[in-house]
Amino acid sequence: MFHLFYMSLLLALFWLGLSGHYTALLLAFGALSAGLVAWLAWRMDMVDHESVPLHLSRRVLTFWPWLLVEIVKSNIDVVRRVLDPRLPIERSVIRVPTGDMSPLRETIYANAITLTPGTVSLDVSNGEVIVHALSRTAAEEVRTGEMARRVTGLEQEG
Amino acid sequence: MFTTGLLLVLVTMALALIRALRGPSLFDRILAVNMFGTSTVLGIAVLGFVTDRPAFLDIALVYALISFITTIATLKYFEYGSLGHGRRERDSG
Amino acid sequence: MALLLDVLSWICLVGGGFFCVVGGIGVLRLPDFFSRLHASGVIDTLGAGLVLFGLLLQAESLDVALRLVLIFFFLLFTVPTATHALAKSALQGGLEPEVDDDGGASSNS
Repeated sequence: MFHLFYMSLLLALFWLGLSGHYTALLLAFGALSAGLVAWLAWRMDMVDHESVPLHLSRRVLTFWPWLLVEIVKSNIDVVRRVLDPRLPIERSVIRVPTGDMSPLRETIYANAITLTPGTVSLDVSNGEVIVHALSRTAAEEVRTGEMARRVTGLEQEG
Repeated sequence: MFTTGLLLVLVTMALALIRALRGPSLFDRILAVNMFGTSTVLGIAVLGFVTDRPAFLDIALVYALISFITTIATLKYFEYGSLGHGRRERDSG
Repeated sequence: MALLLDVLSWICLVGGGFFCVVGGIGVLRLPDFFSRLHASGVIDTLGAGLVLFGLLLQAESLDVALRLVLIFFFLLFTVPTATHALAKSALQGGLEPEVDDDGGASSNS
Protein backbone atom coordinates (compact mmCIF):
# COMPACT_ATOMS: atom_id res chain seq x y z
CA MET A 1 0.00 0.00 0.00
CA PHE A 2 2.86 2.32 0.86
CA HIS A 3 4.49 1.60 -2.47
CA LEU A 4 1.23 2.39 -4.27
CA PHE A 5 1.01 5.73 -2.48
CA TYR A 6 4.63 6.54 -3.26
CA MET A 7 4.14 5.67 -6.92
CA SER A 8 1.05 7.87 -7.23
CA LEU A 9 2.95 10.70 -5.60
CA LEU A 10 5.80 10.34 -8.09
CA LEU A 11 3.37 10.25 -11.01
CA ALA A 12 1.58 13.35 -9.71
CA LEU A 13 4.86 15.22 -9.37
CA PHE A 14 5.77 14.10 -12.89
CA TRP A 15 2.53 15.54 -14.23
CA LEU A 16 2.96 18.80 -12.32
CA GLY A 17 6.46 19.20 -13.65
CA LEU A 18 5.53 18.62 -17.25
CA SER A 19 2.15 20.36 -17.46
CA GLY A 20 3.00 23.89 -16.36
CA HIS A 21 -0.69 24.83 -16.23
CA TYR A 22 -2.13 25.04 -12.75
CA THR A 23 -5.86 25.48 -13.33
CA ALA A 24 -8.41 23.40 -11.48
CA LEU A 25 -9.50 21.48 -14.56
CA LEU A 26 -6.03 20.46 -15.64
CA LEU A 27 -5.01 19.56 -12.09
CA ALA A 28 -8.06 17.31 -11.90
CA PHE A 29 -7.05 15.64 -15.16
CA GLY A 30 -3.58 15.18 -13.74
CA ALA A 31 -4.84 13.57 -10.55
CA LEU A 32 -7.13 11.36 -12.63
CA SER A 33 -4.37 10.12 -14.94
CA ALA A 34 -1.90 9.58 -12.10
CA GLY A 35 -4.56 7.57 -10.30
CA LEU A 36 -5.39 5.61 -13.45
CA VAL A 37 -1.77 4.68 -14.11
CA ALA A 38 -1.23 3.68 -10.48
CA TRP A 39 -4.39 1.56 -10.61
CA LEU A 40 -3.31 -0.13 -13.85
CA ALA A 41 0.11 -0.90 -12.38
CA TRP A 42 -1.57 -2.30 -9.29
CA ARG A 43 -3.88 -4.45 -11.43
CA MET A 44 -0.84 -5.79 -13.28
CA ASP A 45 0.58 -6.73 -9.89
CA MET A 46 3.61 -4.60 -10.50
CA VAL A 47 3.62 -2.42 -7.42
CA ASP A 48 6.11 -3.87 -5.00
CA HIS A 49 9.59 -3.17 -3.75
CA GLU A 50 11.02 -4.10 -7.16
CA SER A 51 9.16 -1.56 -9.26
CA VAL A 52 9.30 1.09 -6.55
CA PRO A 53 12.76 0.47 -5.12
CA LEU A 54 12.67 2.91 -2.24
CA HIS A 55 15.40 1.09 -0.40
CA LEU A 56 17.88 1.83 -3.17
CA SER A 57 17.37 5.55 -3.38
CA ARG A 58 20.19 6.61 -1.07
CA ARG A 59 22.88 4.20 -2.23
CA VAL A 60 22.15 5.02 -5.86
CA LEU A 61 23.54 8.50 -5.32
CA THR A 62 27.06 7.13 -5.01
CA PHE A 63 26.58 4.38 -7.59
CA TRP A 64 25.52 6.63 -10.49
CA PRO A 65 28.51 8.98 -10.43
CA TRP A 66 30.84 5.98 -10.35
CA LEU A 67 28.95 4.42 -13.28
CA LEU A 68 29.16 7.71 -15.16
CA VAL A 69 32.96 7.76 -14.86
CA GLU A 70 33.12 4.14 -16.04
CA ILE A 71 30.89 4.96 -19.01
CA VAL A 72 33.08 7.87 -20.07
CA LYS A 73 36.25 5.79 -19.74
CA SER A 74 34.94 2.87 -21.76
CA ASN A 75 33.40 5.23 -24.35
CA ILE A 76 36.82 6.65 -25.06
CA ASP A 77 38.22 3.14 -25.42
CA VAL A 78 35.52 2.12 -27.92
CA VAL A 79 35.87 5.37 -29.88
CA ARG A 80 39.63 4.86 -30.20
CA ARG A 81 39.12 1.33 -31.43
CA VAL A 82 36.57 2.47 -34.01
CA LEU A 83 38.68 5.32 -35.35
CA ASP A 84 42.15 3.82 -35.22
CA PRO A 85 42.54 0.79 -37.50
CA ARG A 86 45.81 -0.13 -35.81
CA LEU A 87 44.10 -0.90 -32.50
CA PRO A 88 42.91 -4.49 -32.47
CA ILE A 89 39.30 -5.52 -32.01
CA GLU A 90 39.37 -8.50 -29.68
CA ARG A 91 35.85 -9.79 -29.45
CA SER A 92 35.28 -12.24 -26.66
CA VAL A 93 32.40 -13.86 -24.82
CA ILE A 94 32.90 -14.31 -21.11
CA ARG A 95 30.81 -15.61 -18.25
CA VAL A 96 30.66 -13.65 -15.03
CA PRO A 97 29.12 -15.16 -11.90
CA THR A 98 26.53 -13.00 -10.17
CA GLY A 99 26.78 -14.98 -6.96
CA ASP A 100 23.65 -14.82 -4.85
CA MET A 101 22.32 -11.50 -6.12
CA SER A 102 18.59 -10.90 -5.86
CA PRO A 103 16.75 -10.65 -9.21
CA LEU A 104 16.59 -6.86 -8.81
CA ARG A 105 20.33 -6.61 -8.31
CA GLU A 106 20.95 -8.98 -11.22
CA THR A 107 18.87 -6.68 -13.41
CA ILE A 108 20.74 -3.58 -12.28
CA TYR A 109 24.03 -5.37 -12.81
CA ALA A 110 23.19 -6.59 -16.32
CA ASN A 111 21.86 -3.15 -17.25
CA ALA A 112 24.99 -1.44 -15.96
CA ILE A 113 27.14 -3.84 -18.00
CA THR A 114 25.12 -3.10 -21.12
CA LEU A 115 25.15 0.63 -20.50
CA THR A 116 28.94 0.66 -20.48
CA PRO A 117 30.04 0.62 -24.11
CA GLY A 118 32.44 -2.19 -24.89
CA THR A 119 30.45 -4.73 -22.93
CA VAL A 120 26.94 -6.03 -23.59
CA SER A 121 25.16 -8.61 -21.48
CA LEU A 122 23.80 -11.32 -23.77
CA ASP A 123 21.97 -13.46 -21.27
CA VAL A 124 21.35 -13.74 -17.55
CA SER A 125 20.70 -17.20 -16.21
CA ASN A 126 21.68 -19.68 -13.51
CA GLY A 127 23.62 -17.20 -11.45
CA GLU A 128 25.82 -15.91 -14.24
CA VAL A 129 25.82 -13.18 -16.84
CA ILE A 130 27.10 -13.91 -20.33
CA VAL A 131 28.94 -10.83 -21.53
CA HIS A 132 30.12 -9.94 -25.02
CA ALA A 133 33.16 -7.66 -24.89
CA LEU A 134 34.72 -5.65 -27.70
CA SER A 135 38.22 -5.57 -26.30
CA ARG A 136 40.39 -7.37 -23.82
CA THR A 137 40.52 -4.34 -21.52
CA ALA A 138 36.72 -4.20 -21.44
CA ALA A 139 36.54 -7.91 -20.64
CA GLU A 140 39.11 -7.49 -17.87
CA GLU A 141 37.16 -4.59 -16.47
CA VAL A 142 34.09 -6.78 -16.00
CA ARG A 143 36.05 -9.71 -14.66
CA THR A 144 37.58 -7.71 -11.82
CA GLY A 145 34.11 -7.72 -10.27
CA GLU A 146 34.29 -4.10 -9.17
CA MET A 147 30.87 -3.38 -10.64
CA ALA A 148 29.35 -6.52 -9.09
CA ARG A 149 30.66 -5.44 -5.71
CA ARG A 150 29.13 -2.00 -6.04
CA VAL A 151 25.78 -3.37 -7.20
CA THR A 152 25.74 -5.75 -4.24
CA GLY A 153 26.52 -2.82 -1.97
CA LEU A 154 23.43 -1.02 -3.29
CA GLU A 155 20.99 -3.06 -1.28
CA GLN A 156 22.90 -3.79 1.85
CA GLU A 157 21.03 -1.39 4.08
CA GLY A 158 17.63 -2.25 2.63
CA MET B 1 26.03 26.62 -32.58
CA PHE B 2 22.90 24.49 -32.53
CA THR B 3 23.04 24.11 -36.27
CA THR B 4 26.43 22.39 -36.03
CA GLY B 5 25.05 19.93 -33.51
CA LEU B 6 22.01 19.32 -35.68
CA LEU B 7 24.20 18.66 -38.71
CA LEU B 8 26.31 16.11 -36.83
CA VAL B 9 23.18 14.34 -35.61
CA LEU B 10 21.83 14.29 -39.16
CA VAL B 11 25.07 12.72 -40.39
CA THR B 12 24.66 10.03 -37.73
CA MET B 13 21.11 9.36 -38.90
CA ALA B 14 22.37 8.98 -42.47
CA LEU B 15 25.04 6.50 -41.34
CA ALA B 16 22.41 4.54 -39.39
CA LEU B 17 20.21 4.45 -42.50
CA ILE B 18 23.07 3.05 -44.57
CA ARG B 19 23.51 0.26 -42.04
CA ALA B 20 19.76 -0.37 -42.03
CA LEU B 21 19.77 -0.70 -45.82
CA ARG B 22 22.90 -2.85 -46.01
CA GLY B 23 21.83 -5.29 -43.31
CA PRO B 24 22.98 -8.03 -43.63
CA SER B 25 20.98 -9.69 -40.87
CA LEU B 26 17.57 -8.73 -39.58
CA PHE B 27 19.06 -7.78 -36.23
CA ASP B 28 21.53 -5.40 -37.83
CA ARG B 29 18.58 -3.59 -39.34
CA ILE B 30 16.71 -3.41 -36.04
CA LEU B 31 19.87 -2.16 -34.34
CA ALA B 32 20.21 0.55 -36.98
CA VAL B 33 16.57 1.56 -36.56
CA ASN B 34 17.03 1.69 -32.79
CA MET B 35 20.07 3.91 -33.27
CA PHE B 36 18.18 6.04 -35.75
CA GLY B 37 15.48 6.46 -33.09
CA THR B 38 17.95 7.69 -30.48
CA SER B 39 19.50 10.16 -32.92
CA THR B 40 16.03 11.32 -33.91
CA VAL B 41 15.29 12.14 -30.27
CA LEU B 42 18.48 14.19 -30.11
CA GLY B 43 17.70 15.76 -33.47
CA ILE B 44 14.22 16.84 -32.40
CA ALA B 45 15.58 18.28 -29.14
CA VAL B 46 18.27 20.29 -30.94
CA LEU B 47 15.79 21.38 -33.61
CA GLY B 48 13.61 22.78 -30.83
CA PHE B 49 16.51 25.04 -29.84
CA VAL B 50 17.35 25.96 -33.44
CA THR B 51 13.81 27.13 -34.13
CA ASP B 52 13.36 28.40 -30.56
CA ARG B 53 10.27 26.32 -29.94
CA PRO B 54 10.55 24.55 -26.57
CA ALA B 55 7.44 22.48 -27.31
CA PHE B 56 9.66 20.28 -29.49
CA LEU B 57 11.13 18.87 -26.28
CA ASP B 58 7.80 17.28 -25.42
CA ILE B 59 7.83 15.58 -28.79
CA ALA B 60 11.38 14.36 -28.16
CA LEU B 61 10.31 13.03 -24.76
CA VAL B 62 7.44 11.06 -26.24
CA TYR B 63 9.54 9.89 -29.16
CA ALA B 64 12.17 8.50 -26.79
CA LEU B 65 9.53 6.26 -25.25
CA ILE B 66 7.89 5.32 -28.54
CA SER B 67 11.18 4.37 -30.15
CA PHE B 68 11.89 2.04 -27.24
CA ILE B 69 8.51 0.38 -27.64
CA THR B 70 9.11 0.09 -31.40
CA THR B 71 12.30 -1.86 -30.85
CA ILE B 72 10.82 -4.17 -28.25
CA ALA B 73 7.65 -4.79 -30.26
CA THR B 74 9.56 -5.50 -33.47
CA LEU B 75 11.88 -7.90 -31.68
CA LYS B 76 8.99 -9.65 -30.02
CA TYR B 77 7.19 -9.98 -33.33
CA PHE B 78 10.16 -11.55 -35.07
CA GLU B 79 10.93 -13.80 -32.14
CA TYR B 80 7.46 -15.19 -31.60
CA GLY B 81 5.70 -14.45 -34.88
CA SER B 82 2.96 -12.55 -33.09
CA LEU B 83 2.60 -9.75 -30.60
CA GLY B 84 0.04 -11.38 -28.32
CA HIS B 85 1.96 -14.39 -27.08
CA GLY B 86 4.62 -14.54 -24.43
CA ARG B 87 7.46 -16.94 -23.94
CA ARG B 88 5.51 -19.32 -21.75
CA GLU B 89 2.70 -19.95 -24.22
CA ARG B 90 5.16 -20.57 -26.99
CA ASP B 91 7.25 -23.01 -24.97
CA SER B 92 4.28 -25.09 -23.88
CA GLY B 93 2.60 -25.10 -27.27
CA MET C 1 29.59 34.38 -17.71
CA ALA C 2 27.17 34.08 -20.59
CA LEU C 3 30.10 33.74 -22.95
CA LEU C 4 31.61 30.98 -20.84
CA LEU C 5 28.29 29.12 -20.87
CA ASP C 6 28.08 29.52 -24.64
CA VAL C 7 31.57 28.15 -25.15
CA LEU C 8 30.94 25.26 -22.78
CA SER C 9 27.66 24.29 -24.38
CA TRP C 10 29.21 24.59 -27.84
CA ILE C 11 31.95 22.18 -26.78
CA CYS C 12 29.37 19.77 -25.38
CA LEU C 13 27.17 19.94 -28.47
CA VAL C 14 30.01 19.43 -30.91
CA GLY C 15 31.60 16.78 -28.69
CA GLY C 16 28.29 14.93 -28.41
CA GLY C 17 27.79 15.23 -32.17
CA PHE C 18 31.30 13.90 -32.68
CA PHE C 19 30.59 10.85 -30.50
CA CYS C 20 27.33 10.28 -32.39
CA VAL C 21 29.12 10.35 -35.74
CA VAL C 22 31.86 8.04 -34.44
CA GLY C 23 29.14 5.65 -33.27
CA GLY C 24 27.63 5.83 -36.75
CA ILE C 25 31.01 5.12 -38.34
CA GLY C 26 31.53 2.25 -35.90
CA VAL C 27 28.21 0.70 -36.81
CA LEU C 28 29.31 0.76 -40.46
CA ARG C 29 32.92 -0.28 -39.90
CA LEU C 30 32.86 -2.97 -37.22
CA PRO C 31 32.80 -6.50 -38.57
CA ASP C 32 29.85 -8.28 -36.98
CA PHE C 33 26.50 -7.65 -35.34
CA PHE C 34 27.61 -8.04 -31.74
CA SER C 35 30.48 -5.59 -32.07
CA ARG C 36 28.12 -3.10 -33.72
CA LEU C 37 26.07 -3.17 -30.53
CA HIS C 38 29.00 -1.52 -28.76
CA ALA C 39 29.19 1.26 -31.33
CA SER C 40 25.52 2.07 -30.93
CA GLY C 41 26.16 2.17 -27.19
CA VAL C 42 28.51 5.11 -27.75
CA ILE C 43 25.69 7.12 -29.33
CA ASP C 44 23.24 6.20 -26.62
CA THR C 45 25.42 7.13 -23.67
CA LEU C 46 28.08 9.75 -24.25
CA GLY C 47 26.68 11.11 -27.53
CA ALA C 48 23.19 11.65 -26.17
CA GLY C 49 24.49 12.72 -22.76
CA LEU C 50 26.76 15.44 -24.12
CA VAL C 51 24.25 16.80 -26.63
CA LEU C 52 21.54 16.99 -23.98
CA PHE C 53 23.94 18.54 -21.48
CA GLY C 54 24.96 21.13 -24.03
CA LEU C 55 21.30 22.00 -24.53
CA LEU C 56 20.76 22.04 -20.77
CA LEU C 57 23.36 24.79 -20.42
CA GLN C 58 21.32 26.89 -22.85
CA ALA C 59 17.95 26.20 -21.20
CA GLU C 60 16.14 29.42 -20.43
CA SER C 61 13.53 28.10 -18.05
CA LEU C 62 13.12 25.37 -15.48
CA ASP C 63 10.50 23.77 -17.72
CA VAL C 64 12.96 23.22 -20.53
CA ALA C 65 15.67 21.98 -18.17
CA LEU C 66 13.32 19.46 -16.57
CA ARG C 67 12.36 18.06 -19.96
CA LEU C 68 15.97 17.69 -21.03
CA VAL C 69 16.85 15.86 -17.82
CA LEU C 70 13.82 13.60 -18.26
CA ILE C 71 14.78 12.76 -21.85
CA PHE C 72 18.23 11.80 -20.61
CA PHE C 73 16.82 9.60 -17.85
CA PHE C 74 14.38 7.86 -20.16
CA LEU C 75 17.22 7.10 -22.55
CA LEU C 76 19.34 5.84 -19.66
CA PHE C 77 16.63 3.41 -18.61
CA THR C 78 15.34 2.26 -21.98
CA VAL C 79 18.57 1.95 -23.95
CA PRO C 80 20.21 -0.90 -22.01
CA THR C 81 16.91 -2.76 -21.98
CA ALA C 82 16.54 -2.44 -25.75
CA THR C 83 20.17 -3.38 -26.35
CA HIS C 84 19.94 -6.41 -24.12
CA ALA C 85 16.68 -7.52 -25.78
CA LEU C 86 18.33 -7.11 -29.17
CA ALA C 87 21.43 -9.08 -28.17
CA LYS C 88 19.45 -11.83 -26.54
CA SER C 89 17.04 -12.35 -29.41
CA ALA C 90 19.90 -12.22 -31.91
CA LEU C 91 21.55 -14.99 -29.93
CA GLN C 92 18.34 -17.01 -29.94
CA GLY C 93 17.67 -16.12 -33.56
CA GLY C 94 20.77 -18.03 -34.57
CA LEU C 95 23.47 -15.36 -34.79
CA GLU C 96 26.71 -16.66 -33.33
CA PRO C 97 29.05 -14.09 -31.82
CA GLU C 98 32.42 -14.36 -33.55
CA VAL C 99 35.33 -14.53 -31.14
CA ASP C 100 38.86 -13.35 -31.92
CA ASP C 101 40.16 -13.78 -28.45
CA ASP C 102 39.08 -15.94 -25.57
CA GLY C 103 39.83 -13.08 -23.18
CA GLY C 104 41.41 -15.57 -20.81
CA ALA C 105 38.04 -17.28 -20.39
CA SER C 106 39.60 -20.74 -20.61
CA SER C 107 41.62 -20.12 -17.47
CA ASN C 108 38.48 -19.27 -15.55
CA SER C 109 36.05 -22.00 -16.49
